Amino acid sequence: MTQTTYLEAIRQGIWEEMERDSNVFLLGEDVGVYGGAFKVTEGMLEHFGSDRVVDTPISESGIVGAAIGAALVGMRPIAEMQFADFISCAFDQITNFAAKCRYRWGAGVPLVIRGPSGGGIHGGPFHSQNPEMYFVHTPGLKVVAPSTAYDAKGLIKSAIRDEDPVIYFEHKFLYRRVKEELPEGEILVPIGKADVKRTGKDISVITYGAMVHLALEAASILEKEGLELEIVDLRTLLPLDKERILESVKKTNKVILLHEDTRTGGISGEIAAIITEEAFEYLDGPIMRITAPDTPIPYSPPLEEFFLPKTRDIVGVARQLAAY
Amino acid sequence: MDLNKKTLLDMLYFMKLTREIENRIERKLYRQGKIVGGVYVGRGQEAIAVGSSILLEKNDSICPSHRDMGAFLIRGITPREIFAHYMGRKTGASKGKDGNLHIGDMRRNIVAFVSMLADTVPVAAGIGMAYKMRKQKNVVLCYFGDGATSRGDWHEGMNLAAVQKVPVVYLCNNNLYAYSTPLDKQMAIKEISIRAASYGMPGVTIDGNDVIEVYKATQKAIEAARQGAGPTLIECRTFRMTGHSAHDDMKYVPKELFEEWEKKDPILRLETSLLNNNVVTEEEVKKLATRITQETDKALQQAENDPFPAPREVLEGVYADQTIAAPLAFADAFFSRGK
Repeated sequence: MTQTTYLEAIRQGIWEEMERDSNVFLLGEDVGVYGGAFKVTEGMLEHFGSDRVVDTPISESGIVGAAIGAALVGMRPIAEMQFADFISCAFDQITNFAAKCRYRWGAGVPLVIRGPSGGGIHGGPFHSQNPEMYFVHTPGLKVVAPSTAYDAKGLIKSAIRDEDPVIYFEHKFLYRRVKEELPEGEILVPIGKADVKRTGKDISVITYGAMVHLALEAASILEKEGLELEIVDLRTLLPLDKERILESVKKTNKVILLHEDTRTGGISGEIAAIITEEAFEYLDGPIMRITAPDTPIPYSPPLEEFFLPKTRDIVGVARQLAAY
Repeated sequence: MDLNKKTLLDMLYFMKLTREIENRIERKLYRQGKIVGGVYVGRGQEAIAVGSSILLEKNDSICPSHRDMGAFLIRGITPREIFAHYMGRKTGASKGKDGNLHIGDMRRNIVAFVSMLADTVPVAAGIGMAYKMRKQKNVVLCYFGDGATSRGDWHEGMNLAAVQKVPVVYLCNNNLYAYSTPLDKQMAIKEISIRAASYGMPGVTIDGNDVIEVYKATQKAIEAARQGAGPTLIECRTFRMTGHSAHDDMKYVPKELFEEWEKKDPILRLETSLLNNNVVTEEEVKKLATRITQETDKALQQAENDPFPAPREVLEGVYADQTIAAPLAFADAFFSRGK
């Protein structure tokens, strides 16, 4: 039985799409000779050649701009941000150019921007961020954040085939820590569809990315107390799978919204609003949030440990909510 | 005059058509309140867009700036589409979604400009990369003003273009002002073209009010690009014979500058030269003027009669997949409120 890591799953997904479609190409910092800072693109230069695996200068805005240009004339570029934190340097190209082309003048920009996000590896303030919400606030973009190897592979392939710009946040903590046996054949995970990673009748935990694994851990602990958590993995943050969220809430009547991103302006606020607008009468308790605090993500282990949501936070909040 | 008569006459036509359309837009439609948004014209700069984009082949691409109307006309955007676009009509190039010269159409390989200056500089490099990858012998013309060359995207794009040796010709409309800021407050150099050397690409400064000089410099750069020699920066010196936009009284520009540049008017120069060299007759020039007036009248009349988009069209075209529910769900909730 071969176990495929989350990182290898992304690599396989890109590889398969590059084999399938000669318009797919990679560009970014150190993606070629070095194989990427985390080795996601290892071996691709040798296999696909330097025309299709392009090492660029340190120019995030230039990289995304060039990817937009290539996409406009029919290519399927995958632009790597070496760390998702650096995506801020390309903010204008993404939000003003890529996101608005179709709306303004009907031009599709089939582009993937991918990069490692998230904390837990002592990367400090500039190598650990979760910048997803800057982009979730931009109509015209799609934003995905897989939590498992299966979803990582299926979503990168769907992102490459999508007609619109997709931002693909891969969680670097999961790269080599999460693995599973992948089925043979094509894996495609639809963009815009959440996935229930564990069913339960008492409380819905709506989350994504690395936090899915903490939620699953909490569910195993609480199971012994007879408390059942339902873990809804959003997988896509934009467009949000409202139907799946509401379906779960209407079943359990209690909700915990969990994310590693900071609290104010995190997606939990948006989801809470949707639930109160459309399922208020189903709620048997307050909507609870578990998030990082509103601070930059710090470096030193005790600080970072405090910053990141933990399994025991979920267990504690779930018990509190169960008492309602 | 070593250019053929057809090319010369075409250039005169497109320069004059540009000026006529822009005069209507800036001096009539805007003042009449028929254009409700920003108006940025390129009066005095017409030779740059026309003398360069006239050289393009069908499958070449173009990234014009907001002062390059001639480039749109040459690539096939009609005067009616431009007027309708400016007036926010459904028949305009963006169906009312955007204004001024933010016009794009990939069927004609025109990339729409955005207000964040220099954004198209790396975008053009990316189109060039695609052409190279596909072994396509096409080129890209990318236009911007002096102001754009202070932005980071300009530098990132120029550097990437040079490193990747892409078939792109970068054309700078150096009209000496970025809104109200003169060149000496924008940069500590006298000529923008010297920046090309720091990226390892050729750079030239030319008289941007001489359409034939623009034509020849661009022709040389396009040939080099098609042969795989990489990008070129052409700095076209010119002057903005109007405000930054229609609302700008341009009090900050010394009067003498207008007087000086009035004498170098690119349209007048070409026309006089064609007459003096017996390339055209007075009669032909008159006929051309009549044709332009008639075409513009007709286009404007059509555009003024064109419909506005329906309000709900605001929701269309965000994604290729029109079933994506977010904006529609919002709208339905919004429209049903209070009913």
